[in-house]
Order: sequence, then structure tokens, then C-alpha cells
Amino acid sequence: MERRTIFGGWALPAAFVLPQLLLTVFFFLWPAGEAIYGSLTRQDAFGLKTQFIGFENFVDLFEDPLYVESLWRTVYFCAAVSLLSMSVALLLAVFADREIAGRGFYRTMLIWPYAIAPAVAAVLWILLLHPQIGMVAHGLKAIGVVWDYKINGGQAMLVVILASAWKQVSYNFIFFLAGLQSIPRSVIEAARMDGARGWRRFRTIIFPLLAPTTFFLLVVNLVYSAFDTFGTIQALTQGGPGKSTETLVVKVYRDGVVNLDLGGSSAQSVVLMVGIVVLTVVQFRFLGKRDKT
Amino acid sequence: MATLKLHDLRKSFGPVAVLHGIDLALASGEMLVIVGASGCGKSTLLRLVAGLEDPTAGAIELDGKDVARLDPAERDIAMVFQNYALYPHMSVFDNMAYALKIRGLTKADIAARVQEAADMLGLAPLLARKPRQLSGGQRQRVAMGRAIVRNPKLFLFDEPLSNLDATLRVTMRAEIKRLQRRMGVTSLYVTHDQVEAMTLGDRLLVLHQGRAVQLATPMEVFERPANVYVAGFIGAPAMNFLPATLSHGGTAASLALGPVIPFADGRRAGADGMALTIGIRPEHVVADAAGEELQVDLLEPLGSETVVIGRLANGEMLSVKLPKAEAPTDRMSVGFPAAALHVFDAATGLRLDPG
Repeated sequence: MERRTIFGGWALPAAFVLPQLLLTVFFFLWPAGEAIYGSLTRQDAFGLKTQFIGFENFVDLFEDPLYVESLWRTVYFCAAVSLLSMSVALLLAVFADREIAGRGFYRTMLIWPYAIAPAVAAVLWILLLHPQIGMVAHGLKAIGVVWDYKINGGQAMLVVILASAWKQVSYNFIFFLAGLQSIPRSVIEAARMDGARGWRRFRTIIFPLLAPTTFFLLVVNLVYSAFDTFGTIQALTQGGPGKSTETLVVKVYRDGVVNLDLGGSSAQSVVLMVGIVVLTVVQFRFLGKRDKT
Repeated sequence: MATLKLHDLRKSFGPVAVLHGIDLALASGEMLVIVGASGCGKSTLLRLVAGLEDPTAGAIELDGKDVARLDPAERDIAMVFQNYALYPHMSVFDNMAYALKIRGLTKADIAARVQEAADMLGLAPLLARKPRQLSGGQRQRVAMGRAIVRNPKLFLFDEPLSNLDATLRVTMRAEIKRLQRRMGVTSLYVTHDQVEAMTLGDRLLVLHQGRAVQLATPMEVFERPANVYVAGFIGAPAMNFLPATLSHGGTAASLALGPVIPFADGRRAGADGMALTIGIRPEHVVADAAGEELQVDLLEPLGSETVVIGRLANGEMLSVKLPKAEAPTDRMSVGFPAAALHVFDAATGLRLDPG
């Protein structure tokens, strides 16, 4: 059913759209424009002169081994976060889909992490994992693991992956649960009658029927881990030790705000922006196709 | 081919008892139709046999072996679901091949069996399609095909025709019967549709509130219903019921309406004055100038016949099925032929036979 309201003039609809337009202009179009302009310029060390230099910043960027390194680190980080948070969420959703006691409570609890601010979540993980005061860190030391993510880059990466994935599990859980519940019961029962059990039934019937949900979540998780994890990483490791947890978003911040290379930093943001646009187009294409069938 | 026996099969959901002990024995190759109103427990009974629900008590013997505690995968039973329950992401071929793959048949075997079933059902040109590209009737066939290829011990049908339109339902009904005969697989068929029940079953099991009320051939159920419930449930339009008492030393019924009708088939046990319910099917009521007056309420022309719904002199409702030519306009006189009467005990609702 199509629901369409017909307005008499243009003033009222314009007033409805205006707030959203203003937000978009001030928080997206304006800064994005500034970034694009900035990426084509170079500023001197004291911020007195600005020089137009074309695509030189971009050329520098992709010739910079540190940037390419950060790019690969980001790819690794995104893959790890998406895989971890999605598989944990799917596992939890499969359990929550069953008839178990206290199901409502369990589901509500699982949704909470999503509502926690990144910095607060980071503090929680610090309390658990801090080399000196963390509970889990104490436990690890007790069994002989040398644990100090403030020195060990690999451990630092593990910490940011865990914290980032944990925050996204709730979101994935909700979608997987909804996906599982939309599979007709009789289809599962037909599979049972056909002799399919446990893992086989999951692999050949349930998982394929979840494919649309999984694909949607994959895109959302990639976007999340690439762009939305700045707060978590900044609060946990500030990209360190060294550059071992410096993903692209962290590098934009470090180069621009800390090292004051505005042109280079802007060029990096523009590259990230293109990344977002590509992922969004992929997702819209897919969702559009899904509506048709 | 296999025999199926149910012993005192019970099922409760929490404190609610849904099935109160069902006993049943199916001969090899027999098609038994379970019929009853919604909520009578017929689908639950089928799901117990399938293994989709666990019985609270009782045994399910398939070929002499109790399968009541086995997983559906271990029972070798195929089921056709009401909404077909096809695997939406698989082609018609894969839908039918799925169970065979799980059983570990070779590719060549699977292809041969699927092809055979597809030919039998006229699905051969559709094997590459996905379920969403099929019509309702075709989906129904695929669901049948999925059951057939497995060559199971037992077929279960859970109201398989109720999602089809009326014309298709008649065609598929005949097809199911033909297939079942041809394959000779023992089958349980659940329906609420009495036409399906009458036409498909070798025998009928009428369920009412979780109890088996009558188990007999369709014609026997129709001609000698075991109680008032079955009498009213089977047959359309439904049987008329008239209150009466036993009289003349158990040889006649004296209707509350007035007339006394002597039993055509002999004396009923019981004291005179015992309350009876007399049943007579609308098609057995005749026009009789010397009979009871019927005030016509409504006429339902069915083409060759007309159903007359009216009130008797004492206000009781009566429906009469007459040849079209005999249809009255506002009033008529009806007679109740003694041979067509069904006699029930008004207190228990059970059928009273002579002797």
C-alpha cells in the first residue's frame, strides 16, 4: 500500500525537510567540502600561507609506506572485528531462538552493550585488562602469560578488536535473532523429517536462509569497524604502542590534529569518504534487489 | 510399506491434555484419514507420529518397532505440510534430493530417483526452478515429490490441500489418491474437510476433543455414525436432530413434535419414556402431504437440488434436501421415513442399535 500525503503548497513540506537539510549541510556537506578542498592544498608550518597543489597529497599518501601499512592494518582489524562480532552474535542468537527459561532477560541483557558510549566501554575493558590493575590481566599473569598491551603491539590489537567487537555483538544479535525467527518453523520441521540434524541442518537450511541478513550485517560491520571505532581505540590505546593499533581513522586524527598536517589528513579523510560511499552503494544496491523479490 | 500401531498415545501441553489415549492400527498400504474440527488434536496426533512432538505417554509402533522416543531422522517417515514447507533457497531438484543426499546416496542414484518422481508428478520441466517461481499447485506437487523420492515407510499428510483453490483441490485430491494406491505406502491423512475424508480414506478416524469417537470405513461412518457428534459432523448439509422418547415397549420413537414412528429395524433396549435424539439426514426427509407442516425460512438452490431450511410446528429447525422440481415456496409437508432414522440416547449421545 502506498501512503502519500498531498500538500497544498511548498512552505510546509519545506519546513519539515529543513531541519534534516540543515543537519546534513552543517555536519556533512560543509566539513566534507572543507576536507576535499583541504586535501588539494598545503599549509606552511605556521598556518600563514595556503598553497593549491592539486593531487600531490594523494600521491604522497599512497607512496607513504606508513599509510599503506595502516591501510592493511585496518583491513585486518575490520575483518577480525566483523568476523568475531558476527559469529558470536549468531551463536547467541541461535541459543536465544530456542525455548529457554529466562529468554526475555537474556535477550535484554544482550542488547545493553550497544547502548554504552565507546569511551565508557573502553574504560570497562581497561578495568579488566589493564596490566597493573586489570582483573583478567591478573588472571593471565597467574597462569604465566606475560600480559602488557601497553608494550606488546599484538596484545594491543587484540584488546581493541575485542572491545570493538563486543560493542557490535548486540546489534548483530538483534538482526540475527529476527532473521532466525522469520524462518518458517515448518521449513525447519521439513528438514528434520528429511533427516537433517544439528550442524548439517544449520549449514544447509538455516544459514542459507539467513544469507540476506548476514550480508547486510557484513556491510554494516565493515563500516562500523572501519569508521566508528575511533572512540574505542583512542580511549584504549591512542593507536599505540607505536603504531600497532593505528587504523586509518586514528591516523587521520593523529596526522591532522596532533601532527597538524592538515592537507595530508584531509586527503586521508577523502579516501575514507570514498570508502564509505562505495560500501553504502553496495548496500543500497543489495537492499533494492531484496525488495523486488 | 509398513504397519503402524498406536497404543494409548497421550499428549499434554502443560496442564492441558490434548490427546486422551489414542489406539489405532493401520494395515500395510492402508490410507487412514483423521478428521475432526479444529482443535480436536488431529494435527498433534500427526506430529507425534512424525516425531516433531514428544508424546506424554504411549507407544508408536512402526513395523513392530517402538519409535516413540526416536528422532524424526531415525523414523523413515515423510510428511507433506499444509504450507508445503519447501526449502526456498533450493531448486525443485535440490528440494527433492535433499533427503537422499543426507542418506548418502550416489549422485546417479539421486538423479534417477528424483527424475522418476518428477515424471510421475509432471514436474520434469520445472526441476531447475526455485519454489517462489511455482504456482500453488506446483508447490504442492514438489512437496509430494519430496515425500515420494524417499520411499518411506509412512506418509503423513497435514491438511495438504487446504491452501489450494477449490478446483485445484479436487484435482489434487484425485491425484493423491491415485499416487497413494500406486505406491502402496501406508498413510495418515489429516483434514477438517469431510469431502476429503470421505473420498480419500480407506478408513476414517473421527476425533473429538482429543478422543477417538469412531474408526470405520467412510460409508460406515456415514451410514451408522457412532454418536451425535459424528452424525452432525459428517454429511452436508448436517443431519437434523429431533428430540423424542422411547415408546411402545421400545419399538417406536415418539417425537416431541407429535408423531410416533415405529422403528424399521427392531426394538431398542430401554424403558419407555427414555429420552432419545432422532437423527435424519436432509436428503432422507421426503415431501409427504399427510406429514408434518414445515414453514419455509430459506431456500438454498444447489443446481440439481435445493436445500430447504424451515421450522416445524413446535419451532424446531429442519433442513430438507429436495430435487429442484419439488422445491416449495413458503410451506410444505414433510415425512420421516422410518428406515432412514438414526436413534441416539439423548443422555450419552451414543447410537442405539436394535437388540
